Amino acid sequence: MAKKTSIRDFSVTPSVDQVGINDRITRIQKRSIKKESKMEGLKMILNMIDLTTLEGADTKGKVEQLCYKAQHLHDAQPGLPTVAAVCVYPTFVGVAKKALGKSGIKVASVATAFPSGHSSLEIKKMDTQIAIDNGADEVDMVISRGRFHQGDYNYVFDEIAAIKEVCGKKVRLKTILETGELGTLDRVRKASDIALHAGSDFIKTSTGKIKPAATLPFTLTMLEAIKDYYYETGIQVGMKPAGGISNSKLALQYLLMVKETLGNAWLSNEWFRYGASSLANDVLMQIMKQETGNYQSKDYFSID
Amino acid sequence: MAKKEVKIEYNKGWDLAPAPESTSHIKLKKKYDLFIGGKWVKPSSGKYFDTINPANEEVLAKIAEADAKDVDKAVKAARKAYDTVWSKLSGKERGKYIYRIARIMQEQARELAVIESLDGGKAIRESRDIDVPLAANHFFYYAGWADKLEFAFPNREVKSLGVAGQITPWNFPLLMVAWKIAPALACGNTVVLKPAETTPLTALKLAEICQQAGLPDGVVNIVTGAGATGAEIVNHNDIDKIAFTGSTGVGKIIQKAVAGTNKKVTLELGGKAANIIFEDAPLDQAVEGVINGIFFNQGHVCCAGSRLFVQESVYEKVMRKLKDRMESLIVGDPLDKNTDIGAINSKEQLNTIKKYIKIGKEEGAEMYQPKCAIPKKGYFCKPTLFYNVAQSNRITQEEIFGPVLAIQTFRTVSEVISKANNTPYGLSAGVWTDKGSKIFNMTSQLRAGIVWANTYNKFDPASPFGGYKESGFGREGGMHGLSAYLNLDS
Repeated sequence: MAKKTSIRDFSVTPSVDQVGINDRITRIQKRSIKKESKMEGLKMILNMIDLTTLEGADTKGKVEQLCYKAQHLHDAQPGLPTVAAVCVYPTFVGVAKKALGKSGIKVASVATAFPSGHSSLEIKKMDTQIAIDNGADEVDMVISRGRFHQGDYNYVFDEIAAIKEVCGKKVRLKTILETGELGTLDRVRKASDIALHAGSDFIKTSTGKIKPAATLPFTLTMLEAIKDYYYETGIQVGMKPAGGISNSKLALQYLLMVKETLGNAWLSNEWFRYGASSLANDVLMQIMKQETGNYQSKDYFSID
Repeated sequence: MAKKEVKIEYNKGWDLAPAPESTSHIKLKKKYDLFIGGKWVKPSSGKYFDTINPANEEVLAKIAEADAKDVDKAVKAARKAYDTVWSKLSGKERGKYIYRIARIMQEQARELAVIESLDGGKAIRESRDIDVPLAANHFFYYAGWADKLEFAFPNREVKSLGVAGQITPWNFPLLMVAWKIAPALACGNTVVLKPAETTPLTALKLAEICQQAGLPDGVVNIVTGAGATGAEIVNHNDIDKIAFTGSTGVGKIIQKAVAGTNKKVTLELGGKAANIIFEDAPLDQAVEGVINGIFFNQGHVCCAGSRLFVQESVYEKVMRKLKDRMESLIVGDPLDKNTDIGAINSKEQLNTIKKYIKIGKEEGAEMYQPKCAIPKKGYFCKPTLFYNVAQSNRITQEEIFGPVLAIQTFRTVSEVISKANNTPYGLSAGVWTDKGSKIFNMTSQLRAGIVWANTYNKFDPASPFGGYKESGFGREGGMHGLSAYLNLDS
């Protein structure tokens, strides 16, 4: 049977050179981000965090506490932004939605048999629908890595497209590639291209359940894919590195990498997010250090 | 349907605050004399010239100008040190001194890097991470060879040459001095070295390091001055070997001058390297390599990838990526840790670059420069692309020695090989492709001393460096670099 010509052939995607990526990242890491640019960057980072809890032991109480933290990062310091979103399992979306009220903070839900993605398309669609019915503003899906490794690129593409269809226009879809399971940067690029062309609103590195989670090389490879897609289609797609970003210095390097790759238009939480749980407090510590000139103990920053 | 214009804006938005490297720990004298026989000696003419900071045109120090008498004094000191001390020492003992120099360089790395950036205009990022550590590594590397020379050349008798006269350029002041002095000393020679007149400070700091290392008097002599001083070294009849790095024009003069003498010569001269991107290359990384290839050290690099060949099928993409990448380059204060492109080394060089930019425009080539701001004071030049050019353009034929890239397209492998080789130079080349067999095919056919594959401007003391044709002859670095400072009898 003749294939439809509109379907892209994902067996051939641009190649990525690991050594060259590392060279580029070294250049970024050697940038000195100090003084007012550091402060500005840190505040942007706070506002880009998807505060996350994805534990088997999650409870209503835990999620509510996290939601309070999301709205009151550090009340001792006025004028701080809130985080971008709270990210939970579908069953806690209702709890989070209620707890966040009219704060403007989004509720993101993982879905599609997170984190392994091993389930049927029907169940994945239902999983997504449940999250949306409970009030999720954003859905973080996982791709079928098994199918990807088998070379069923069109299956992976169709699945993402199907989930996006469930999401509709209102709910933004973040597609998790689980880069730590893909093996090489070439394959990260291939998975990125599939997710982009299938209609994702964001592409995301990791579930946080696999090591390595987000890294600078994975993220740069994905940012380059977003850029090529943007030039090709005029469609802007967001990026979310998740897991493994726990300190301000590294987060600032990510932010600078976004700026130098995709420009100013991506420097807001509409287009760039950090999936993290412990990053916020480190950023707060750095902000207080900039404000007061002294480092404060960890015990001056609430853990939720 | 009209396609909406897709553009990415890199400027303004979130900018980096200035992050200047401190100069408070720098010890510079107001006036530097000549370093002859282990002592600081006043020039016989009493003349001094200024060395300036090209980023702000301020005078950094006064430097002695050596004439024929001073050069003769330096050669005599080197000869005496050779006859009485250095040639009598065992390789192991020589090695100890060279190791000591390397270690002191490492200890003073920060000071050396800042002085290098002050005097030459190069970004501190480069002097700190490349020039100074690589210079120290050259001393470490050749220190290791000092007692193993007979193993480098099995079944041959190795003998030192005597006194080496060495002339170094202004683009990598300390690094080029290291390339020259380290192998010369390891092989048992003594040296008279003239650093470039616009960037003599780190060579003079190295003279101080030689004193601190307790190097016997006269083993290393540093005479400062311009071309005339260099000519005195080249023409001195008690010098056994001339090593020169610099322009092809001067290289030709040197070769004429030493014709008919017993002097051994190595020349490392200009270049106009081809950097070749095939359609199957990892394009984003290739673009990064092109940026490193031409804008590294403001393009003041003899092996700079100054001719870019892009396979026509990916030309549009590569141009777009290249222009985008250039938007985030920061041009400015060499001492700022975020600066990518520092100051042009001298007013004279800036004028040369401007002349070529004018020629490029007059030839009808299209030009692109990013929107970045450049300082009003000092010698600065925006990174510049010329495209829609051919082999017949002057800007593709002549070495500009600045941040100016000439871009051509090609269609087939044989075409690009013939065009890449179609130059009087042959120092370096770069190949970008995902296909290993293509790399081997290219590297065996490109007539260039160094060919990089999927990377550019990577240096290592263990790797020999040198050119074909008008790029010079002889190799520096690696085991090959030893033979330039030895007589080998079978």
